[in-house]
Amino acid sequence: MRAETSSLRSKDLLGIEHLVPDEITLILDTAEGFKEVSERPVKKVPALRGQLVINLFMEASTRTRVSFEIAEKRLSADTLNFAASGSAVEKGETLIDTAENLMAMAPDMIVIRHKHPGAPKMLAERLPASIINAGDGAHEHPTQALLDAFTIRERLGRLAGVKVSIVGDIAHSRVVRSNIHLLTKMGAKVTLAAPPSLMPVEVERMGVRVVSSLDAAIDDADVIMMLRIQLERQGKLSFPSLREYYNTFGLTPDRLRRAKEGVIVMHPGPMNRGVEIASDVADGPWSVILNQVTNGVAVRMAVLYLLGGAHGEA
Amino acid sequence: MNVLIKNGRVIDPSQDLDATLDVLIEDGAITKIDKRIKANVEVIDAEGLVVVPGLIDLHTHLREPGQEHKETIATGTRAAVAGGYTAVCAMANTVPPNDERAVTEMIIAESARNGSCRVYPIGAVSKGLKGEALAELADLRAAGCVAVSDDGKPVYNAQLMRRALEYCNMLGMPVIAHEEDANLNEGGVMHEGFYSTLLGMGGIPAASEETMVARDVILARVTGAHLHIAHLSTAGAVDAVRNARAAGVRVTCEVTPHHIALSDEAVQSFSTNLKMNPPLRSPEHREAIVAGIADGTVDAIATDHAPHHFDEKNVEFDLAPFGVIGLETAFSVCHERLVRKKVIGLSRLIELMSSGPARIFRLPGGTLAAGAPGDVALLDLDATLTVAAPFQSKAANSPFIGEKLRGRAVTTIVGGVVKYSRKKR
Repeated sequence: MRAETSSLRSKDLLGIEHLVPDEITLILDTAEGFKEVSERPVKKVPALRGQLVINLFMEASTRTRVSFEIAEKRLSADTLNFAASGSAVEKGETLIDTAENLMAMAPDMIVIRHKHPGAPKMLAERLPASIINAGDGAHEHPTQALLDAFTIRERLGRLAGVKVSIVGDIAHSRVVRSNIHLLTKMGAKVTLAAPPSLMPVEVERMGVRVVSSLDAAIDDADVIMMLRIQLERQGKLSFPSLREYYNTFGLTPDRLRRAKEGVIVMHPGPMNRGVEIASDVADGPWSVILNQVTNGVAVRMAVLYLLGGAHGEA
Repeated sequence: MNVLIKNGRVIDPSQDLDATLDVLIEDGAITKIDKRIKANVEVIDAEGLVVVPGLIDLHTHLREPGQEHKETIATGTRAAVAGGYTAVCAMANTVPPNDERAVTEMIIAESARNGSCRVYPIGAVSKGLKGEALAELADLRAAGCVAVSDDGKPVYNAQLMRRALEYCNMLGMPVIAHEEDANLNEGGVMHEGFYSTLLGMGGIPAASEETMVARDVILARVTGAHLHIAHLSTAGAVDAVRNARAAGVRVTCEVTPHHIALSDEAVQSFSTNLKMNPPLRSPEHREAIVAGIADGTVDAIATDHAPHHFDEKNVEFDLAPFGVIGLETAFSVCHERLVRKKVIGLSRLIELMSSGPARIFRLPGGTLAAGAPGDVALLDLDATLTVAAPFQSKAANSPFIGEKLRGRAVTTIVGGVVKYSRKKR
């Protein structure tokens, strides 16, 4: 499967929703080449030499920020990390002022993580730099969906027709929204499972099947993607307790017995072992969780390269 | 104070009138409406224009006292007359709130000094808008309040709501209810539906409004008092009002131009000028309120004009305050979406924006009958309003920026004095 296109239409990557399938294929194909770079003794190419990338992380993140930073360094970009804590944001500076001040230092790209949906779009509409969404509230997390797709394609050889079940806190997950957009565009079949109190309204209109039992999600699935349960939600109005959640929706080896041969288990991290996933599953033969992390670097290199690399050489 | 408006198409739903007539205003009041009136006073030629009783807004946030960076009585009423309004009802959630006579008197005095149109204060239901104890309602009424409301938030305590209805029934004024159970919202910033799911934003379900409408309709029935429901936005709320009215309950309601014209799909732009409470609903709800307008369930169109400073709105959608401005665009939006789309006739629109509001709040105006205040709007149905900043309002948070709308106010006369006249280019 090769992409028909050789570039992305937008200067920004704000989400998967507005990508066309060919752009997704282009990013995944490009990432394959970059994965090979990460396996060389000298893991560096000059594609983004002389370009400045600012990592604007207004919300806590380890995995995604580190992954972007490695990807930027492997492409020879100059990088600068900016976190909300310890910055002028704590003194009451608005997002737009922060961004315009950073823009005055002429970055080529800004990678932004923010707790409010739409924040990356605000920047994209106002700044000439390329904006990459590294997660905006419960809206989108496009590079996560791309690395998930890359991992599925690597393991199963295709996306079309693959049955993917996503289980957990659907309502508050940006990962699930980007994954639904991506997987449905690429012809995969998506099933969502969660207690109805964690299922957003009218989500079926995104082209997915909704079930309310873990067994129904496991049956027939090629891929089971577990989502993190936000611990602060327990005992409130979303569900009664972690214990009860684990008993009804926690993925254990026992529950996996009804799964298809060859099923793979994914998790975007960070995991809560013993809440949504048992350690025996997370560390077991089904798990591709650490492959996802490895592939994250290659996929982010591809995105950075396609948005900024037009001036350089791979 | 004396003016003769000649040759206009006079539409006055209060008298079931639609004819080419002259209107004479003397000493600030309408004295005569007839063919070919002769009088030795200033003449306004209204040929080609529609002459209607001045529009009356039941729901305006003038922000003064206390939030003059958003709007003042002077700028808010300038916006009103630019939109054809000759009177506005000023909501109580100022700083301090209008929960005592001194604030009411200040609003009335400042309106007389610097206002361009009539201002009817709305008092608070509860002291400090806290929902705990009744404000001095009789004192507020005596000072000039025409209704009471804790608008901006609901009255959660059902007993307080019941007592307010009982007490205001004695005073002959309605209680205006902002219907929302925010416990159902969970950080909601837009309508709960497909688009809140798509955008990952907190939802405000229709049930948040409908559960409170159901409760208050029951309280209105129990007390026999006049309940007026502000900014009705859902299909279930329209049904509840329709059914209650049929059962003889004294309930009236208003809807806003933005709920008539827009739906939640638009929020995909993340524009904070599309953030208000109640939120833009899904098309099924929008269609239901339009149906309520067509079948007479809806009594009034009110703007919920809610100005905010540019800086307050120039932030992430989640962080922006709720509210949009509406006085300068209301007639044009409704003319475009309701009359030009043939949902209702022009006379019915004027009833919803002038005669209806006057009738349900028992305000002067809303009619061109002899003896009424000389409050008149002249409308040009062929002129185009291109919505763009700057506005007469201090604020610019309009959801209609960029739209070209046919039909607009061109001259607004308050008490026989021209308070707004569109400059010809």
